[in-house]
Amino acid sequence: MLYIKTVGAIFFRFTYGLTLYDGIYFCLRVHRSAGGSSVALLPFWRQCWQSAAEMIHSLFLINPTGDVFLEKHWKSVISRSVCDYFFEAREKAVTPENVAPVLQTPHHYLISIYRGKLFFLSVVQTEVSPLFVIEFLHRVADTFQDYFGECSETIINDNMVVVYELLEEMLDNGFPLATESSVLKELIKPPNILRSVVNTLTGGSNVGSSLPTSHLSTIPWRRNGVKYTHNEAYFDVIEEIDAIVDKSGMTVFAEIQGVVEACVRLSGMPDLTLSFVNPRLLDDVSFHPCVRFKRWESERVLSFIPPDGNFTLMTYHVSSQNLVSIPVYVKQNISFFDSGSSGRMDITVGPKQTMGKTVEGLSVTIHMPKSVLTVDLTATQGNYTYDLTAKVLVWDIGKLNPQKLPTLQGSLSIQAGVPKPVENPSLNIDLKIEQLAISGIKVSRLDLFGEKYKTFKGVKYVTKAGNFQVRT
Amino acid sequence: MLDSNKDALKLEAMKRIVAMIARGKNASDLFPAVVKNVACKNIEVKKLVYVYLVRYAEEQQDLALLSISTFQRGLKDPNQLIRASALRVLSSIRVTIIVPIMMLAIKEAASDMSPYVRKTAAHAIPKLYSLDPEQKDQLIEVIEKLLADKTTLVAGSVVMAFEEVCPERIDLIHKNYRKLCNLLIDVEEWGQVVIINMLTRYARTQFLNPNINEGGGGDKTFYCSDEDEDEDEEKEKQPYVMDPDHRLLLRNTKPLLQSRNAAVVMAVAQLYFHLAPKAEVGVIAKALVRLLRKICQFISIILNNFLFRLLQGMFEPYLKSFYIRSTDPTQIKILKLEVLTNLANETNISTILREFQTYIKSMDKDFVAATIQAIGRCATNIGEVRDTCLNGLVQLLSNRDELVVAESVVVIKKLLQMQPEKHSDIIKHMAKLTDNIQVPMARASILWLIGEYCEHVPKIAPDVLRKMAKSFTNEEDIVKLQIINLAAKLYLTNSKQTKLLTQYVLNLAKYDQNYDIRDRARFIRQLIVPTEKSGALSKYAKKLFLALKPAPVLESPFKDRDHFQLGSLSHLLNAKAGGYQELPDWPESAPDPSVRNVEVKESVRAVGTVTYRDTGAPRAQQTEGSRGCSFPRAVEQSSEDDRKRDRKIKEQKSNSESESDEDSESESSQSESSDTESEVEVKKKKKVRHPDVSFQTIAPSSALKNYELLHRITGEGLSVEYCFSRQAFSPDANMVAVQMHFTNNATSDTKNLHIEDVKLQSGMRVKEFAEIELLPAGEATTAVMGVDFCDSTQAANFQLCTHTRKFFVSIQPPVGELMRPVFLTENEFKKEQSQLMGMNEISENLTLDAKCRNEHAIVQRVTTAANLSRVPCGSDKECRFAGKTVTSGSLVLATVATKDEGAAQLTVNCEKMVIGTMLVKDLLLALTQ
Repeated sequence: MLYIKTVGAIFFRFTYGLTLYDGIYFCLRVHRSAGGSSVALLPFWRQCWQSAAEMIHSLFLINPTGDVFLEKHWKSVISRSVCDYFFEAREKAVTPENVAPVLQTPHHYLISIYRGKLFFLSVVQTEVSPLFVIEFLHRVADTFQDYFGECSETIINDNMVVVYELLEEMLDNGFPLATESSVLKELIKPPNILRSVVNTLTGGSNVGSSLPTSHLSTIPWRRNGVKYTHNEAYFDVIEEIDAIVDKSGMTVFAEIQGVVEACVRLSGMPDLTLSFVNPRLLDDVSFHPCVRFKRWESERVLSFIPPDGNFTLMTYHVSSQNLVSIPVYVKQNISFFDSGSSGRMDITVGPKQTMGKTVEGLSVTIHMPKSVLTVDLTATQGNYTYDLTAKVLVWDIGKLNPQKLPTLQGSLSIQAGVPKPVENPSLNIDLKIEQLAISGIKVSRLDLFGEKYKTFKGVKYVTKAGNFQVRT
Repeated sequence: MLDSNKDALKLEAMKRIVAMIARGKNASDLFPAVVKNVACKNIEVKKLVYVYLVRYAEEQQDLALLSISTFQRGLKDPNQLIRASALRVLSSIRVTIIVPIMMLAIKEAASDMSPYVRKTAAHAIPKLYSLDPEQKDQLIEVIEKLLADKTTLVAGSVVMAFEEVCPERIDLIHKNYRKLCNLLIDVEEWGQVVIINMLTRYARTQFLNPNINEGGGGDKTFYCSDEDEDEDEEKEKQPYVMDPDHRLLLRNTKPLLQSRNAAVVMAVAQLYFHLAPKAEVGVIAKALVRLLRKICQFISIILNNFLFRLLQGMFEPYLKSFYIRSTDPTQIKILKLEVLTNLANETNISTILREFQTYIKSMDKDFVAATIQAIGRCATNIGEVRDTCLNGLVQLLSNRDELVVAESVVVIKKLLQMQPEKHSDIIKHMAKLTDNIQVPMARASILWLIGEYCEHVPKIAPDVLRKMAKSFTNEEDIVKLQIINLAAKLYLTNSKQTKLLTQYVLNLAKYDQNYDIRDRARFIRQLIVPTEKSGALSKYAKKLFLALKPAPVLESPFKDRDHFQLGSLSHLLNAKAGGYQELPDWPESAPDPSVRNVEVKESVRAVGTVTYRDTGAPRAQQTEGSRGCSFPRAVEQSSEDDRKRDRKIKEQKSNSESESDEDSESESSQSESSDTESEVEVKKKKKVRHPDVSFQTIAPSSALKNYELLHRITGEGLSVEYCFSRQAFSPDANMVAVQMHFTNNATSDTKNLHIEDVKLQSGMRVKEFAEIELLPAGEATTAVMGVDFCDSTQAANFQLCTHTRKFFVSIQPPVGELMRPVFLTENEFKKEQSQLMGMNEISENLTLDAKCRNEHAIVQRVTTAANLSRVPCGSDKECRFAGKTVTSGSLVLATVATKDEGAAQLTVNCEKMVIGTMLVKDLLLALTQ
């Protein structure tokens, strides 16, 4: 204990003695090694004058096992020991999703997101809009996804240099600089198989060997001089049903989240106009920055110069006020017997309002109470798995046949000596209906202005279950 | 490997080093080896070296200085990306010694042609500021300049710099306020957030509170400041008229609620919340509910919680969005519950309670406990349902789960306090529970209840005390304290039955381990047991113990966050974060709104607009037709600006016609009046560098336009003008001859006139004129110097020295002077032209000025604007001109093809595209004026 005290004393002397010395202060660090402890003096630049609106200071990427495998500092270096506060919080949380996104530490604020099993942890020192940071971190993750196809530890490790350069470009002094993927791709070429082969042979990298000499485009989301031999524009209208159905089959709450994903490969500077048959249906919309607000407000059409490649054009929302139709019904009966340690379960799924389309990819997920040990069930269609540790029962049904409704029934065995569960578990339904937008929204036409070539156009509709829960 | 000659090896080495840095390993030992490569030609290597430098420069300052010159060279690179990245790295090197270099670089970049470089300059400002706050004043000047920039790319960054360096200089915003409002929608997302936050602050200082007339009464908290209230009373009677600028801000931010970026939506929401009249705040509800569905659910709920409470009605339609799913993480469940509780009112309470009933059955015990508390809060807030809630909670008492029961007891206790007389049966029921419940808090609550209302349950209370006395030693501390309390209360009301029990309990407590309990026992004994020594206090014992206690108010744990600006980190954490700026209160009376009026004779800074058009594909103008499109607004703006500029030029022209002798003087006085704030020196520099200097070549007074280098006032009597003589500069053919005309207006002689300290972009050269030994007072002389501009319009900066003073001056050539005429035949011309097609050809349609419809006029104007010679041509519909750039000798071909009604087409073919575009611009102006 003694050495800690002396070290503390030295520390204070040094900090007080040296803070005024040319803006540098010395921080003492105690290194503990096998042989004992040694004291090292490390000079750090001090942020002498607190500025008002500095943004993101540093970024750490943390893998599921809790190791920092990438760090990037946009200002002075912050020791990665700051992550310890985060690890502490991570320990406490039951699931990774449960970690509080904003943590307060004595000198910093830690803002984190959880994406693809990784934590993106940013360090902030002063007041900043937390949503700003979170949104930016998601944008970083999106960019990785866009560049490498996925956002995982291995892929980031494999492309460490590109990742580092991307981060360098995306933030300057902690303030976002270039986040549009079109701009980034002009500065740093995304890796592809051909180039990586060439690179290994020639030792080149992914940095554009010749920087674009042309002026950067006036429209930040689109680069100049795009050329395709086949000009095509595809739109996917994807709708997800969020619903809560109660025990008796009544809909407590239902709404539709829609998104229009676009894949546009058009040469030059096309100006597109997408119009809907029934735009009034859409209750609340949000747009990609390329969409002109005023045209939407006045004419309810989407007018935009598209980014090149894949992007999310708009998201929309059809609220519960409009009648949201629920495609399937579930008849269920789950009961636990007072006597003996067992229970019964009987689930049937049937089609409700499917507009004549087939329901595919149907599956039912049940989070069982902790006391349920094993299940003994028979399914008339599909098969089921029961995860003994997570207590999750998944019944994968597949295609729904209206003539022969799938059922799952059998018995549940409960741990002896434990009171029977109070609540019956709720069911989460997953499903997919191709060629149908359940809200009834329909794209009427797509017009191209500004360019004079023939375009292949296509619209695809898909309905999925979002957060579809049946209470029992 | 770094010492290798091969780029490939170097690159491989750099890649490994960068990967080391990324993994957080120390790579500083390699500094000397790496820094050598900073001048490497290979761009890939260079970039990685930059990355390395930024990371380690501050640790190895001396070595880092070696690399500075490379960046300085990079700052002059023709490629805007290289210029930008050089500035970025230079400003990221946190070494104090280079502050002056950084300052210079920032100043230069702030007037760069490329908006991208200007944006980088804006980014560099806060970096320099944090390195050396002494530079603040100079930086503010740069910020002021950049704020006037009209490109959307720059706007966000410069406001960011403003916020960091000089947020208190709100006066800088006045002139730019309307422009920022109008540009806002086209600014990139991150910039939008910063600008909106800044404008919120601005509006709070500049406009009146729109809710001034409706405040006062019920809604004090709405604007969360006490002064508001006083204000309201004073001004109650005055009708409120919203400032049109205030309205403009609200109108222009509204569409941004539809942004895909949650941060933007939040920023607009807080703007509306803090600035909009109450009736209009409703628009944000929908967007905020949308945020909840997104990934950032957690934070947005916390942030908005305050809103939910205040603006109940607004969110009611979205009530169901907050229904809880069993799969939600616990935190979110609890937050949603909080929202539901806040939204509850008489009409929807039954739905909410039904929903709560489902939640109580949840497996998540923490959540169940929170639900029970929520029910309690609903019951307190809404009187009608109190009995229903109470009955529901009593039913829960028979729940098998102890936690549920305990929580219910605690809540029931609080509810009962409000109207105990009606509910003695519940109290009885709870008394029975003491046998079963083990949770200390619940036991304590029951005991307190019984003690407090012992007159309602006279028979049971002593019995409970008896049981408790038996188990006293095994109880938790809080229970023990309550037992003592119960004993004391019973002793006072019913001493006959309980005297002995009380004595017993107090004796037990006397020897307890906890000193709180011992103290309490001692205190109570003195108070209630009459002894001969007991003082006056015991008389009041009954009053003390059985005083009527006010019912508690069940409060949300999220109260009291109101005083922070909505959506800020401080608001989220409910603690002031470093650098948090308080939102100012509304002013008592509106400051002068006219400060935002932009003067017509605004100092012309055309850089922004010109480059927008340069880089902006013609497409931008095409789409202008489609009304309401988002980005071409900047173009409209710029065309408006063009008009302004035109007007100014016309004025200047008339001036110069009438008083052609004092041409330059009148000009300078005019620009003086236009930007009086800026200091004379700055003005002078700016003026010389003004891109619109080139337009003045159209002044008909003489073919050779004189430019001012040094005004006689700043030159202390010495005035210098220069013109491009268009004659070959004999010492060096690659140089442009600049003829300088010195006039000594002073009363004393000037000696030793010469040039010093020439600062040039890379590649540029200067041939100085021979030193002028003596210029007597009142005399004038001329000298010729040669400048190799390297075919760019970059200025040549140098000091003009006399025997006493040094003056900083700069020469910036109009693009037309960077070429010399070449004689070509028509066929040669056509042949050359056919080789300069595609990217090298730029053509523009124009309408010729009324005075310039004939061939002669066209030739005269073109040759005035640019040093080109005419190519003989068969058709009178076409005029052709040819020239070569001075340095590289690239051909410059210009064609003006006239059509009917003064319509014409101008085509310029040039290998150098920058020269081509600039020339087109200049010729266009020359022909259309």
